[in-house]
Amino acid sequence: MSLIRNPKEFGSGCLFAGFGIAAIAIGYAYPVGTAARMGPGYFPRALGIILIVLGAIMILRSLRSVGSRLAVSNLRPLLIVLGSVLMFALTVVPLGLVLATILLVVVSSTASHEFRWKEALIASALLAAFSVATFSYGLKLQLPILPAFLAGY
Amino acid sequence: MELLTNLGIGLDVALTFQNLFFCFAGVLLGTLIGVLPGIGPVPTIAMLLPITYALPPVSALIMLAGIYYGAQYGGSTTAILVNLPGESSSVVTCIDGYQMARRGKAGKALSVAAIGSFIAGTFATIVVAAFAPPLAEFALKFGPAEYFSLMVLGLISAVVLASGSLLKAIAMIVLGLLLGIIGTDVNSGLQRYTFGIPEMSDGIGFVVVAMGLFGFAEIIVNLEHKGDREVFTENVTGLWLKWHEFKEALPAILRGTGIGSVLGILPGGGALLSAFASYTIEKKIAKDPSRFGKGAIEGVAGPESANNAGSQASFIPLLTLGIPSNAVMALMVGAMTIHSIQPGPQVMTSNPQLFWGLIASMWIGNLMLVVLNLPLIGIWVKLLKVPYRLLYPAILMFCCIGVYSLQNNVFDVIMTVVFGVIGWVFVKLECEPAPLLLGFILGPLMEENLRRALLLSRGDATVFFTRPLSLGMLVVAGLLLLVIVLPNVRRKREEAFHEEAA
Repeated sequence: MSLIRNPKEFGSGCLFAGFGIAAIAIGYAYPVGTAARMGPGYFPRALGIILIVLGAIMILRSLRSVGSRLAVSNLRPLLIVLGSVLMFALTVVPLGLVLATILLVVVSSTASHEFRWKEALIASALLAAFSVATFSYGLKLQLPILPAFLAGY
Repeated sequence: MELLTNLGIGLDVALTFQNLFFCFAGVLLGTLIGVLPGIGPVPTIAMLLPITYALPPVSALIMLAGIYYGAQYGGSTTAILVNLPGESSSVVTCIDGYQMARRGKAGKALSVAAIGSFIAGTFATIVVAAFAPPLAEFALKFGPAEYFSLMVLGLISAVVLASGSLLKAIAMIVLGLLLGIIGTDVNSGLQRYTFGIPEMSDGIGFVVVAMGLFGFAEIIVNLEHKGDREVFTENVTGLWLKWHEFKEALPAILRGTGIGSVLGILPGGGALLSAFASYTIEKKIAKDPSRFGKGAIEGVAGPESANNAGSQASFIPLLTLGIPSNAVMALMVGAMTIHSIQPGPQVMTSNPQLFWGLIASMWIGNLMLVVLNLPLIGIWVKLLKVPYRLLYPAILMFCCIGVYSLQNNVFDVIMTVVFGVIGWVFVKLECEPAPLLLGFILGPLMEENLRRALLLSRGDATVFFTRPLSLGMLVVAGLLLLVIVLPNVRRKREEAFHEEAA
């Protein structure tokens, strides 16, 4: 029997207390002032202390109450979905909307256990065409459509 | 009769061609995302916010509101046909709605849901129109101390009515408040928690937070669970209700409407809670409670009316006090700020067209929804057959482009990824993200009012207890907290949310 009987509660406690400590540590130099003349550091420091207290209570409670285990079995969707979005962020300006959308759709599709190449490619082409029509022409969004070396600027 | 004059102003605004169009666009889109499981009104509204920059403020708000109550209608379709809540507030409808569908009464279940929603929507529109002006007048007397206490009350009641651990919900609010004050401090000009990144000096966009926590995290979690959904589509005929069926459903509709209108006004209340309360009451007062869970028509009529009334009534605290009572309302605050309208009691006097136009549009929108939902049901059924593997990459694409277009900035997209990770961690730790978003919106407001209140009282914190209005609100907040900590109520609350999740 491990000491921590409620891993989710324990994790939450650590997370919130961590945020509280970070808030106070990073904001250490902000002038606190007095209650009557509050400095920019007053409110965040108060919140940081509350977070640490709440986190500590959760950690203590996790030793007593019993809860289900943390279930992290499949990291694939997390990594692929967020990875594909990150890739969109990095490629959209240099490569343009069309290529960035196609990349985003195809790569993110692989996160599904029912992934099919052909289907993903067709979907990505349709969505790219749709996004150019709606966002570039319809809503006049400021985004390059094609890669810089093709568009000639 | 002032009510009628005001509604007249509103109808004038809402009935212009442009506003009718955006109302229609909103409810259509709302129904669409309501029908589709895996995407709700929060990410959709977050996604569309940037686009509404270009619209006049009334049209923008009319459309966004339409998405919200449209989603309640759409969600019921999915609940009845697929036994999946298309939208979180239709969990309760799954219970008896799907059973009705299995008995070949899918059409009737859909009709009663639509009719109930329409009656509830009409009534709730009147409630909003009748209660908003006196409340707003009342709110004009508020000083900074009252505003601070009101926000405390709003946040506490949001916690009390949220599902899951009370402690975690409070911590999520505090974390939200903290994230909300990132950026340049208005009073001193100091950059707080910006890490020297220029893009962060204006703070983190709340669309970024909402999209990461709700949109991305939800997609990831959906993908982790394999498994197909079974669509129940063979038998969607016989939309007409027989007279005796209507007579059975009507009292439930009226009760649901009343419950929704009352619970929706409470800060922190809204659609989900109303639906649940209505189902419990219907089951309690039924002559034969054993019919529930086996396709009782009241089990569809009550909750569906309640969730629609509740979602509309939740506009009241937003429009009169400027306090959002749920995540969607928090986004509406954002939509108003985009158009430099400060939500609060002054909106009604400074922007009567906007205020009454929005209210009148809700009734028109509800009418459109009935027309949209019943004859077009076939189209929604087809939509339900679109597999998720095609749906989510499209959602991701809209999210990415939407976030980018906020400030034509790649940095925001990267921040959304960061909040996606945080959101996923929250899901794994069973921390509900909605309170965080509320705190995030209220963070700067709360700091400002706390600062002003204490400046006026020269640092004397008792000011919150010596002003009667402020004291009253803090007492209510304290009572709410106390009530929920009492073991008896706590057990009941847990049971309630368990039943709902099952």
